[in-house]
Amino acid sequence: MVLAAFTWTEFAQQLAAGIREGAIYAGLALAIVIIYRSTRVINFAQGEMATFTTFIAWSLMNHGLSFWTAFPIVLAIAFAGGVAIERVVIRPVEGAPVVTVVIVTLGLALLLNGLMSVIWGGANRQFHGPFSTRTIDVAGVPISVQDIGIVAVSVGLVGLLALFFRFTKLGLALRAAAVNPESSRLVGIRVGWMLALGWGIAAVLGAVAGMMIAPVVFLDPNMMQTILLYAFAAAVLGGLDSPIGAVVGGILLGVTITLLGRYVGFIGSTLKLPAALMLILVLLLVRPGGLFGRVAVRRV
Amino acid sequence: MSVLELHNVEARYGPVKALHGVSLQVGDGELVAVLGANGAGKTTTLRAISGTVRRSGDIVFAGKKLPRRPESTARAGIAHVPEGRGTFSELSVWDNLRLGAYTRRGRIKQETQRVFEFFPQLEGRRDQQAGTLSGGEQQMLALSRAMMARPRLLLLDEPSLGLAPIVVKVIFEALERMKSADGMSVLVVEQNANLALAHAARAYVLEVGNVVVEGTSDELRANESVRRSYLGY
Amino acid sequence: MRSKLWPELAGFAALALVVAALPRFISDFRARELAIVGMYFIALLGLSILTGYSGQISLGNGAFMAIGGYTTAVLSVNGVYGHQIRDLWTIPIAGVIAGVAGLLVGVPALRLSGVYLALITFGIAVSFPQLPKKFDHFLGGTTGKILNLAKPPFGLATTTNNWMYYLTWGIALVLLGVAWWLVRGKTGRALKAIRDSEVAAASSGVSLATYKTFAFGISAFYAGVAGSLYAIANAYVNPDVFPIILSVYLVVGLAVGGVDSLVGLIFGAGLIYFLQNHADTVAGWINHLPALSLDPKQPGIPSMIFGAVLIVVMLLLPTGVGGLVRRLFGSLTSRLYTRS
Repeated sequence: MVLAAFTWTEFAQQLAAGIREGAIYAGLALAIVIIYRSTRVINFAQGEMATFTTFIAWSLMNHGLSFWTAFPIVLAIAFAGGVAIERVVIRPVEGAPVVTVVIVTLGLALLLNGLMSVIWGGANRQFHGPFSTRTIDVAGVPISVQDIGIVAVSVGLVGLLALFFRFTKLGLALRAAAVNPESSRLVGIRVGWMLALGWGIAAVLGAVAGMMIAPVVFLDPNMMQTILLYAFAAAVLGGLDSPIGAVVGGILLGVTITLLGRYVGFIGSTLKLPAALMLILVLLLVRPGGLFGRVAVRRV
Repeated sequence: MSVLELHNVEARYGPVKALHGVSLQVGDGELVAVLGANGAGKTTTLRAISGTVRRSGDIVFAGKKLPRRPESTARAGIAHVPEGRGTFSELSVWDNLRLGAYTRRGRIKQETQRVFEFFPQLEGRRDQQAGTLSGGEQQMLALSRAMMARPRLLLLDEPSLGLAPIVVKVIFEALERMKSADGMSVLVVEQNANLALAHAARAYVLEVGNVVVEGTSDELRANESVRRSYLGY
Repeated sequence: MRSKLWPELAGFAALALVVAALPRFISDFRARELAIVGMYFIALLGLSILTGYSGQISLGNGAFMAIGGYTTAVLSVNGVYGHQIRDLWTIPIAGVIAGVAGLLVGVPALRLSGVYLALITFGIAVSFPQLPKKFDHFLGGTTGKILNLAKPPFGLATTTNNWMYYLTWGIALVLLGVAWWLVRGKTGRALKAIRDSEVAAASSGVSLATYKTFAFGISAFYAGVAGSLYAIANAYVNPDVFPIILSVYLVVGLAVGGVDSLVGLIFGAGLIYFLQNHADTVAGWINHLPALSLDPKQPGIPSMIFGAVLIVVMLLLPTGVGGLVRRLFGSLTSRLYTRS
């Protein structure tokens, strides 16, 4: 393990990059947690759903729309898509064993991935994001405007969602349906539609994550696969039933992985994901529910 | 004028039939009790009304056929406080109350003020996680949650279960006051028959999914077999 | 339980007969295909003990297959102190080494429940292909290692593919017998009790830790054997031979086949083989349907079709093919694990 040459400037840049990565993981991890909390299902199609909506954004921009004009349209489409998927594909297997539902989401992932190849082809393409790639000076360190923009949008979205969940009636109903569907029905909440709403929100989170990361990496059908894996790791790290955990876990993971990858030679870029896994495994041994999660304690 | 009528209602859990044709009625503004031993079908009766369990047979509520899904019965004006209280333990007291008023439009200030008048303990614990409240306080919260909806009919399942007698007294007193203030009807399931008959106008006794005795509280108290089996004297 | 014994033994004997006789009627190439199906069957057998029996979900058994495969590769190419080991003898060693790895995973797995375990094992599956790239001098990196072609031993007069077929299914039947014996006895009852209620099992004195870890070890052993056979049949290993998706396919095969049905497991193994190798064939079949014109060669079509098939199958058969067979044929079918 060799600590490579160290400068504060580079450290700050790596930190910024790590936070930017982390913001993307956080968005996707939050999507995973929202669906998991309400349905106990891990949505393996989350990444493909995000890439798909990013492709739609690309198509819209190809037809002349600016990024910010296309943005709300894509979010609306993503929301509708998420709701539709839950009602059409997930609802029929609601009562089935979890393994069955997971396989349905896997099938969905395969389906979407193939569909993207068919519609848009598998070649890499450039995605022109809304932020310029120039750098600005932050306390003597050149930081990319794009990184700042990505973090700002992600944080803004998460903040809006937090307000939605905390202060609106619908947000309350969503939370209630997730923690106690039986009692929710007794107060008049249509739990089925709340689940669909959850999928819609998750799809929107994914769409934003996709549109934020696409300018950085190239847009192709497999764009989100590795990112999804990191998002799973972040969600587990934070605790699968904790939205706060997802966000904190995402940022923490992004920073840790970037710094480890840069400064610990042994890990480099090949072992970043296994290193993340090891760290999280160790954490789970100490806190089986993740950082903020809750695991029922079984005393035998 | 009856607010609720059950006509030959049957219910089953999988292959096991729990209700074999139960007929009862609750008058407008009445407090009616359902008595019986464990497994008699008391809880199932309430569940059949609120729609939490599948049932066959007709139920008429406020003159109209009652829908079968819990979300719909709640919107129709029935509040069900189930066995175990059904509190949203992970949410705050305040959120629980807000949820109780889910079917209402507009501001809920009046309802919350009333609730805190009846149960001042809850006001101090507004932001506390509901699951950390004591048993008595959770029952108060459950009752309050139901009251937030200003229901026409309140279904109460074993409100005294696991509570100290003095707490039970407080709760039933609040129940009486709420009832007279709103003209609400109450159908209460109780294992504590003495307590139930002290507050109820009429009562039904269930045995193995059938109604075996019905009448006013006085009539039931005078009934030999009821006295021996359920009242203990 | 006694009365079930004879039908089950009869079923076993019938299977053995079919396995022995089949090569006479099929082409050499088919024999090879069936051999590979047999390898997946062995892996699924192990996985069903873990998931169907002790109730722990693992999305990482592909990594155990890789351990088995790479063990065989290293032992037969690098050898021990320069002495190359014959491929046959590497099989049990590969199984044991994979099994030990399984035990090592099984210990921390005790602390993780349900979804957390599934995701961590998935993380193992994802991370594993990176290891050969990192330790490339030993494990061959991305190019991998090339083994000697498998030869029938003692100069038996049979083709390589037929030899692999008999070897694989012979081992499969033996391991099936072992699994059957395991689950019939005290171990099986303990595992079943754990699956149905951990709290009740522990209160009855069943040592959770021992049996759950043991289940992981067993499933890893089986996967290692399967991986080893696969390496021998393939004659080379590299990270793409045991990809991440393999672990996923194993669980898919288990769920679609039906977790505790023998017929289901065979079907599941067939499904996995199909998914890995014949995506375009299905596309070709679909092409024959009227009103649908799909070019099977177009990239993306095979994925779409398999995704759609998975969704439809799970929607129609939530308990898998095994569940359907059981519903149709009732008590005639032999059940690997009887539920009490």
